Amino acid sequence: MPQRHRMAMPAENHWWPWRLERRSRPSALMRLASSPLAAVAMIICGFVALRFIGIDPIAAFKVFFVEPVSSLYGVGELLLKATPLMLCALGLAPGYRANVWNIGAEGQFTIGAIVGAGIGLFFNSQLGAATLPLMLLGGIAGGMAWAAIPAFLRLRFHTSEIFVSLMLVYIAQLLLSWLVHGPWRDPAGQNFPQSPPLPDSATLQPLFEGARVNIVFLIGLGLAAAFWWFERFTAAGFRLRVGGLAPAAAAYAGISERRNVWLALMISGGAAGLAGISEVAGPIGMLQPVVSPGYGFAAIIVAFVGRLHPFGIVLSSLLMSALYLGGESAQVELQLPSSVTGLFQGTLLFFLLAAELFIHFRLRPVART
Amino acid sequence: MAEHNQTVAPRLTLQGISKRYAGVVANEGIDLQVSAGEIHAVLGENGAGKSTLMKIVSGVTRPDAGRIEWDGHPVVFHGPADARRLGIVMVFQHFSLFETLTVVENIALATGERMTMAQLAARITGISTRYGLPIDPHRLVHSMSVGERQRVEIVRCLLQQPKLLILDEPTSVLAPQAVRVLFETLRRLAHEGMSILYISHKLDEIRELCDTATVLRNGVVVGTAVPREQSNAGLARLMVGRELPACRLEARAPGAVQLELINLSRTADDPFGTSLRALCLRVRAGEIVGIAGVSGNGQKELQSAISGETPLQEAGAIRLCGQQAGRLTVSTRRAMGLRFVPEDRLGRGAVPDMSLTDNCILTGARAAGSRGGFVRRGLLQRRAARAFARETIDQYAVKCEGERSLAASLSGGNLQKFIVGREIRLAPRVMLVAQPTWGVDINASLRIRQALIDLRNQGAAVLVISEELDELYMICDRLAVVAAGRLSQALPTVQLPPDTVGVWMTGEFDAATASDGHAG
Repeated sequence: MPQRHRMAMPAENHWWPWRLERRSRPSALMRLASSPLAAVAMIICGFVALRFIGIDPIAAFKVFFVEPVSSLYGVGELLLKATPLMLCALGLAPGYRANVWNIGAEGQFTIGAIVGAGIGLFFNSQLGAATLPLMLLGGIAGGMAWAAIPAFLRLRFHTSEIFVSLMLVYIAQLLLSWLVHGPWRDPAGQNFPQSPPLPDSATLQPLFEGARVNIVFLIGLGLAAAFWWFERFTAAGFRLRVGGLAPAAAAYAGISERRNVWLALMISGGAAGLAGISEVAGPIGMLQPVVSPGYGFAAIIVAFVGRLHPFGIVLSSLLMSALYLGGESAQVELQLPSSVTGLFQGTLLFFLLAAELFIHFRLRPVART
Repeated sequence: MAEHNQTVAPRLTLQGISKRYAGVVANEGIDLQVSAGEIHAVLGENGAGKSTLMKIVSGVTRPDAGRIEWDGHPVVFHGPADARRLGIVMVFQHFSLFETLTVVENIALATGERMTMAQLAARITGISTRYGLPIDPHRLVHSMSVGERQRVEIVRCLLQQPKLLILDEPTSVLAPQAVRVLFETLRRLAHEGMSILYISHKLDEIRELCDTATVLRNGVVVGTAVPREQSNAGLARLMVGRELPACRLEARAPGAVQLELINLSRTADDPFGTSLRALCLRVRAGEIVGIAGVSGNGQKELQSAISGETPLQEAGAIRLCGQQAGRLTVSTRRAMGLRFVPEDRLGRGAVPDMSLTDNCILTGARAAGSRGGFVRRGLLQRRAARAFARETIDQYAVKCEGERSLAASLSGGNLQKFIVGREIRLAPRVMLVAQPTWGVDINASLRIRQALIDLRNQGAAVLVISEELDELYMICDRLAVVAAGRLSQALPTVQLPPDTVGVWMTGEFDAATASDGHAG
């Protein structure tokens, strides 16, 4: 919007020898460098924070970033944890580009887990070999159905999809809680609030011996390539981008807002639902009151750290996964509080947003006269 | 310095002002003087360096070299605030207003003076009536047309009681009467001792209003003149560097009715919008029909009703190429052959942060004649779109760094040439154009007008909505006037004296009825 550009005229002051100046065109270098720069700044910040509480930062970083991936099992865990983050973030990104703000991937994740697990629990014997594929499809459909609610309400009643999708997270979690405390509780489970374990035919097997990562990681990589192609070469991807960049131009060109909102929410809901069933049919193996340590929310950070680009998201999901693993390892070995993971996630996002400024602006020394 | 020996130093003196952007010379060694009470024109085409020079004078940009003196004393501006303190105030061509706030709130933000909203509103009303710029201080800006926003901008500047007022193309959206009132205002301000820098390319106005003119071309001063002593052709030659051809509109028998409005009525959604009341109009193949009127009289609503951005309830109120079209979507109307150039170029006619190629895909998704069709089986045809963008750039002499340039990187005039070119090359049967040459320089305006005439000669039906009466007289076969949401008859331009149009603009006419079109 031209008005806003004009507003951003930085006023000069006299004690700070630098000023921000708008670049004549966005810097391609900074576009690539902003995420790595933010990661470096996060590490420096962590270094100072650890020093401050009296822990040797070098040793701590070793525990945090090196030890978790120093075994085959550890690498498997890194990929395993990256998978749901990658899936959710890949799904969110096209919508964020299109100005459709699905904040409720966590809820769609949960419903995907419920629907997929339901198929595995109750129809396993009838479906045979088709069980697992149908569970994954069921997870996608469940996520889509949950995302359809904010889509419908926005288009019918002009409600904000931000609030509706966020509130639906809590409804989904309560629904899951009710199921595992009530009708779906394992009769042989000694009263624990959990479903019966999924049978082997309804469980994702590890990709290789000695690790837990499964085929869904590869599906995620395939989806990243597919999303890249979708955004770059298809008319639907183009329409989403126009809708986000210039809504008035979209209306002028006859691009349907309705179609964009539906498409964006179906993509993000489906991807989150797939992530949900993959967790339940993979590492967890059953339904329990909590099936996600906040993957759906962390994926929002992953999407932005990856600059909403599919390949960037693959990398940023690995980084975020490393932060989760490092946090666990630091808890065990250094007795650091688990909130250290949150500290790293938070500072990463903070520095990323700061680094993004330099894509459109640069610092110039103020000439003294 | 010689000036110091004089009794009164000029209010503003520029000496040897130079500014480069990334190697491109915007201004080179510019000298300019403005005295108290002088109306000084800065004349030049788009890209001649007028805007850069004005940004330097208003403290927004710092020159690489050169000297600025104010009342004989050298000054250095560290920012717009410094210039404002001296009394230098600029009316921008693009208005920096917050759309979600009211007029008075916007002005309160910009001036930062300590007074209540009621006091400020009273001052706004006072200034706006005194200088013939009627605005309601409590209106929300987003509901105002471009012309109305400009009034807000001018009033905002006058509230600061400037010593030097810079006006950038101020009349481009005003009705003839309003221009006369504005000129009265400006003369009165100058008489009271205010200096005025007046940026324009409208030679008539400059000759009527300005005491002196500095002419820029490619960043350097190519001459100074007393405009009253010059002819239009002389000034134009100085500005462009060569003789200019004129548009030629040759009489031509029109064909079948391609666009018809039949008692088109629409209640405004927006409390400050204009409701359209029983509009009737026919536009035939091979003719250009113009709609004149002061902005805010229903033009915005009429455009989006015809384009399909806000479809109507009654299918029959608009007929497009013989079919009922009132309820159809934008895409369907485009498929039937409607093309549209909106008045907002950046953000509506083009996506600012997309390349020119992608901006061709925007409206060229569907095949149109032998061109377009940039989406096939759901996939983008970038190669074809690139070729189309390149040809458009060449054919319409769009200054840019190629089809990969972002739309936002083009100047207003060049982007307009591109959008007009794009729409014309997509084989329109009916072409709707709003403000075709607003803020566009002489050369580009000529090219755009000629392109519209050529389009008409090829048999398209063209409807032009413009606030520039001169332009409408140049290119239209017939002319109608819109006022307060009503539309007059469309009479042949040769039978319609400008005075009558001026009267019609106030709403003094019998509205056209559905049967009138048969005569026309």
